[in-house]
Amino acid sequence: MTAVVNVFLKEGVLDPQGKAAHHALDSLNFKGVEDVRIGKQIVLKLNTQDKTEAEAEVKEMCETLLANTVIEDYTIEIN
Amino acid sequence: MKVAVLRFPGTNCEFDTQYAFEKLGHTTELVWHEDKSLSNDIDLVVVPGGFSYGDYLRSGSIARFSPIMKAVESYANSGGKVLGICNGFQILTETGLLPGALKRNNNLHFISKHQNLCVINSDNAFLNKCDNGEVLNVPIAHADGNYYIDEDGFKELEANGQILLRYCDEKGEPVVVNGSVTSIAGVCNKAKNVFGLMPHPERALEEILGSEDGIKMLQGFEV
Repeated sequence: MTAVVNVFLKEGVLDPQGKAAHHALDSLNFKGVEDVRIGKQIVLKLNTQDKTEAEAEVKEMCETLLANTVIEDYTIEIN
Repeated sequence: MKVAVLRFPGTNCEFDTQYAFEKLGHTTELVWHEDKSLSNDIDLVVVPGGFSYGDYLRSGSIARFSPIMKAVESYANSGGKVLGICNGFQILTETGLLPGALKRNNNLHFISKHQNLCVINSDNAFLNKCDNGEVLNVPIAHADGNYYIDEDGFKELEANGQILLRYCDEKGEPVVVNGSVTSIAGVCNKAKNVFGLMPHPERALEEILGSEDGIKMLQGFEV
């Protein structure tokens, strides 16, 4: 089973990398961009076949280590 | 005074920190991250600067789970004094011993220069040799020094006198250096025994190297 975790800065927390990329896109004449957010993707290979168990465990991993919930939100996708 | 200086893989300010406290007449000991306990007779724990675990994932996020950090947490929770400098500050926020978090600098640059700091609250075990409003000149060297805290957290910091230092100009007016909330450069916990700052007082000990303002900062811990 694979878990894909996406970690992004929370709404309202300024994302300096996203802002820089947005500015660069604008300079390259891509004018249709309203906002850019840059996050990170963490892919975990799990040795369980139980989706519910996997979800619970990955959530705990996010809360403990993978995300800093003071500034970041995360999403979990289990495949 | 006896000072424990922690050392993680990637720490690089441990010797400067030892030099600083020894210059002030104290004894120091390096403590390896795999150690599970601190000596009984220490008066201060310093989490020094550097790039623990290569800053992987987030600055300080891996070091926070080192065996020694459990001992530091219980030392702090029983009232022991802890100082985090730069990466040490990041580790202490990741640990939850200090509020807030440190994000990438707004301009995405690694900023390395001398910087004026304004003392905001000197009524604590760290900055008691300084005066409120005093301007100090101390080097900064970081990529992730952009202090963030939400509005409620900020109000609490202000109400409890937990804001230690702000980046400022030579007159003491706040300036934007890295995007920190209200230019905050250092904070302490509510109990005022855990302190964190991005600037490096241990690099400001000799006038010939640009400033000796770090001396009275570090002297604050002497009882």
